[in-house]
Amino acid sequence: MTPRELILATIRRSLGVTGTEGPRQLEVATRLAGHPKGVVPARGQLPAAARLDLFVRMVEAAAGTVGRAAEPADIPATVAAFLRGHNLPLAIRHGDDPLLSAVPWARAAALEIRRGASDGSDLAAVSHAFGAVAETGTLVLVSGADNPTTLNFLPDVHIVVVNASDVASDFETVMALLRGRFGAGVMPRTVNMITGPSRSADIEQTLILGAHGPRKLHIIVVGEP
Amino acid sequence: MTDVGAHAATSLHFKDNTKAALADANLQNALKFVEVNFIARRREVADKLPEFEALRDSARDIKDHTLAHLDLYLEAYERRVVEQGGQVHYAVTGKDAQRIILDICRKLGARTVTKGKSMVAEEIGLNDFLAAHGITPIETDLGEYIIQLRHEMPSHIIAPAVHLTKAQIEDDFRRVHTHLPRDRNLVEPTSLLAEARAVLREKFLAADVGITGANFLVAETGSSVVVTNEGNGDLTQTLPKAHIVLASLEKLVPTLEDLSQLLRVLARSATGQEMSVYTTLSNGPRRPGDPDGPDEYHVVLLDNGRSSMLAGTFRDMLRCIRCGACMNHCPIYHAVGGHAYGWVYPGPMGAVLTPSLIGIDKAGHLPNASTFCGRCEEVCPVRIPLPRMMRAWREREFEQHLSPATVRTGLGVWSFFAKRPRLYGFATAIAARLLGLAGHARGRFSWLPLASGWTRHRDFPTPQGGTFQAQWKRRELSSSKAAQPPRLGPPP
Repeated sequence: MTPRELILATIRRSLGVTGTEGPRQLEVATRLAGHPKGVVPARGQLPAAARLDLFVRMVEAAAGTVGRAAEPADIPATVAAFLRGHNLPLAIRHGDDPLLSAVPWARAAALEIRRGASDGSDLAAVSHAFGAVAETGTLVLVSGADNPTTLNFLPDVHIVVVNASDVASDFETVMALLRGRFGAGVMPRTVNMITGPSRSADIEQTLILGAHGPRKLHIIVVGEP
Repeated sequence: MTDVGAHAATSLHFKDNTKAALADANLQNALKFVEVNFIARRREVADKLPEFEALRDSARDIKDHTLAHLDLYLEAYERRVVEQGGQVHYAVTGKDAQRIILDICRKLGARTVTKGKSMVAEEIGLNDFLAAHGITPIETDLGEYIIQLRHEMPSHIIAPAVHLTKAQIEDDFRRVHTHLPRDRNLVEPTSLLAEARAVLREKFLAADVGITGANFLVAETGSSVVVTNEGNGDLTQTLPKAHIVLASLEKLVPTLEDLSQLLRVLARSATGQEMSVYTTLSNGPRRPGDPDGPDEYHVVLLDNGRSSMLAGTFRDMLRCIRCGACMNHCPIYHAVGGHAYGWVYPGPMGAVLTPSLIGIDKAGHLPNASTFCGRCEEVCPVRIPLPRMMRAWREREFEQHLSPATVRTGLGVWSFFAKRPRLYGFATAIAARLLGLAGHARGRFSWLPLASGWTRHRDFPTPQGGTFQAQWKRRELSSSKAAQPPRLGPPP
């Protein structure tokens, strides 16, 4: 018996089943295909404008900051202002994301743009979020050449662009959108759900920002909800 | 029964461990924070979410459903992992898991391995095993890093270094980080964290293999889910050539919707956060076109006795999502900390799980280390009946004649009287009367025969009035006289 067979056999003996029972198989297949929702908090079930307000409040409660841009063309100025405001070099790195690639970065004079994954030498990176969750102020980012995962963790400052219309009420909504984009049961290599900047409370339970990931998380909400 | 590796359990010496813990001033100082911070933070964030109690029911039901269909969900999960280019390895014992991980590391020629925090890795003693075979494991969670420097086990499942003060941590950093200037200032926790960040950043970039645990495995998508606040789990799995996920069988949940339910109770119960900072779903190795991510993705599924636990009294324990709320609310844990429990899992969840994993003969003290106050069950996000299961272990211990002779004799005497209610009432009434007379003048006893374990630490109050049962009987009588006759039928 292989270890796999042995473990499955022990589980089945403990449960008193053979694994071939039709009703059990049907119940599992139905749940996997139907993925029923459980309890969804009322907190995020709000009209678009109020939902965005909730998102901003929750981000700020998690020590993130939020700026606004009326349209993608305003992103360079917003990014440059943030970097200047924190006395950081005017340089960012981003991936091949269509939205970020189309941004007229040259409008922010002196802003240096690098492309691709990070090797750890960048101070600031810009990503475009797949979506966001108002309920907890959480960003949802997916891996790939568009938004390399290293940009989410290696730079000191992570700036994330999210469309106002992509801020969802709850996790279930974003899960459904992921399914819609990538297909049922299929996922991008990595999905990062991010709520605020990196932190640790491992020393005397004193909360300190910037443990291993970014010390600052700044979100730029683009457009109107 | 599990192989405990180099981390030999000292659960057998629980009593000595607790004496040492109570006398340890540093530990007692550090433990003050647990009671104050964790409890208040959880309360606050739970109160903010009206659906929190309903979510706990939902979380319990999801785990119960998954456990009842675990064989089928495992097969579904495995299919998805393989479809996305990952490999699944099955480990019956901790030793098997050690060997599988070593083989993967050797095939890649790995010299250093970064590690995200994993209680299962602690359970199988993975670090010592890898080190003994020439591979250097580096813990990257700040708390785990600190205890690795001290060659200790975690004292808490989510806050591994909660037993230490910042002064102790400063000493460790000065002892180990000898390449840094001696006159640097490390007084504040911020400077300690900055130093650990810089030291570990180099390790992240240099590691050949990254090993993480998993908070959940999602059958629908073949995802392993890691929840952290530091981001160390992400650097661990993103930068090296291979990502190894070490997870025990019971981490499975069916779907992304089920995951959403569990995430809503996990952080709130654990750290009192609405949501932990990083929740990462990993679904295999680097895809074509990916500019980063591991080339190989392995999942090592550990059984180590869990498939047998499904059969009996302790199945409910497999619902545990390792949030630590039970120990955060436990008066015993507050008093003695995690190391006294003598193995990887402390507190009430450890008092139930440790006997299941290493045997009641080695861990019999743990289920006895409870006042049965019930707070653990009250706060458990998946509603595990921890006191009931501790009681079940006590019964087994008694049945197997493992409890000490004094306890057995005492219980024998007590049960003789308990089976004879009239005699019990008579004897306790006499005892209460005698004690009442003897202690009348002082109102308390500073010494009593057969009760020195109590009186050595505090006075025993002199009984006043009758026994509890006698007082209860009087109360029942007077209240039945006073009570109105019950109304029959519906109100008009």
